[in-house]
Amino acid sequence: MSQAPRELNCKGLACPQPVLETKKALDELPAEAELTVLVDNPVAKENVTLFATNAGHRVEATENNGEFILRITKGRAGLIQERKGGPQPQDKPDENPPARGRTTYLITSNLFGQGSPDLGQVLMKSLFVSLAGQEVPPAALIFINTGVYLSTEGSPVLEQLQKMSAGGTTVLSCGTCLDYYKLKEKLAAGRVSNMYEILERLNGAEKVITIA
Amino acid sequence: MGPATLAQVLRQLPLSQDPALLVGLHTADDAAVYKITEDLALIHTADFFTPVVDDPYVFGQIAAANALSDVYAMGGRPLLALNIACFPSCLPVEVLGEILRGGAEKVREAGAIIAGGHTVQDDEPKYGLSVAGLAHPREIITNAGARPGDLLILTKPLGTGIICTAIKAEMAPPEASRAAIEQMTALNAKASFVMKEAGAHACTDITGFGLLGHAAEMASAGGVSLVFHLHTIPLLPGVMELAAMGLIPAGTYHNRDFLNEQVSFDPAIPPERRAILFDPQTSGGLLIAVAGEKADFLLKRLAEEGLGEARVIGRVAEKGESLLRVET
Repeated sequence: MSQAPRELNCKGLACPQPVLETKKALDELPAEAELTVLVDNPVAKENVTLFATNAGHRVEATENNGEFILRITKGRAGLIQERKGGPQPQDKPDENPPARGRTTYLITSNLFGQGSPDLGQVLMKSLFVSLAGQEVPPAALIFINTGVYLSTEGSPVLEQLQKMSAGGTTVLSCGTCLDYYKLKEKLAAGRVSNMYEILERLNGAEKVITIA
Repeated sequence: MGPATLAQVLRQLPLSQDPALLVGLHTADDAAVYKITEDLALIHTADFFTPVVDDPYVFGQIAAANALSDVYAMGGRPLLALNIACFPSCLPVEVLGEILRGGAEKVREAGAIIAGGHTVQDDEPKYGLSVAGLAHPREIITNAGARPGDLLILTKPLGTGIICTAIKAEMAPPEASRAAIEQMTALNAKASFVMKEAGAHACTDITGFGLLGHAAEMASAGGVSLVFHLHTIPLLPGVMELAAMGLIPAGTYHNRDFLNEQVSFDPAIPPERRAILFDPQTSGGLLIAVAGEKADFLLKRLAEEGLGEARVIGRVAEKGESLLRVET
């Protein structure tokens, strides 16, 4: 089943709009899909090419009377890769793009669901035991707000988290939240992240489930 | 305005032959310098632009710090400032009040006085200042004195153009916006003061033409070549990632296209890293050429004055094939 190549007209748009439109369009497409972007100035051509190349997509540009046609083939990695200054460092397991079909979980609370806090804690523990037992581990677990109580010392699900982390799941905790709850020193699984990276992860993910 | 267009327009202006005009159009320096008496020179400059941030008060501070910087880059002390403002009738006048309040605050911090100004109705707000400063004629530091063997020190990290583009795109991480705003509102007063202590040979502030644009003016005015070491150049947080995402302002490409033939890059340097060096800076730092043996002293004094992000980023060489060389 092949999709018709999509076309995006960014003519007349000033920087940074063409990059944002291209990014949005690519985010909605599956890997290997083609997107044709039309721009009418060299700045937009360079910026869109820079963005797409660095995000792991392939770009072919042709010029026609001062207008540019950019044929972009979406790569498998929907994420901005770490920029390499010199020789390419070995990929850390952490930096691997999420494999297809794997789910990213955004966890915004240390309790699962509204209602009794005790029940919420039991349900959260049960969720993590189930998650850790799945055949395909989650692509990423992202903890924000009181969710960071789950990735720090004293968490009831630390054992499951560490198991998933060792199995290739990226575990990220929001730095602002760790600061707010004074937990930065107590991070016990994964690493500190920021809203910018979190947003990139969510945008680049195949599938996101929010646990609140 | 891009450097290519500007050069073309300025070429048509007659150059003054008045011997009292110590610095004029011909060296593309930051400000004009006019010798009034044997021990007093007037430094005169003007700079204004459209908002780079949403907060009018912060914009006022940034525009004023940017205009005052031209006097500091010449080794002078600001004395008087005149507001230059354009403002649309459709915006509440309180916004203009906030812009002017921010500007006045920076001028006061610089120890200067706002003595008046001029406001024009226009479609888009613009603000800046014309600033007059004073210095002893012998203490003037132009962009022309760099000597082979000098080291180059940059006093503020690069990246405000890219971060402001990312702010417009709502893609800027908060720590990047914060750092950029903090740096754009910071005066170059202390950097200017300590570079005189260290006997700096040449100086320019890094603004619209980017690091390499202003460096090219310094190299050309001094008849030397400048060599930069990419990994030592300080950057604001997030700048490398944002550049790699293509959040690069048009001015960066104008600066690059104007200069490209005069810069030789190590071929291993990727395009987005090059772009950062051409990125137009708002109220950027000072690029100072100082004798090699004085560089440590200057860095130490800069750090003592709270400018801990200043770094040695390159050196001055005999005039070579390229005006500028960038190594990894």
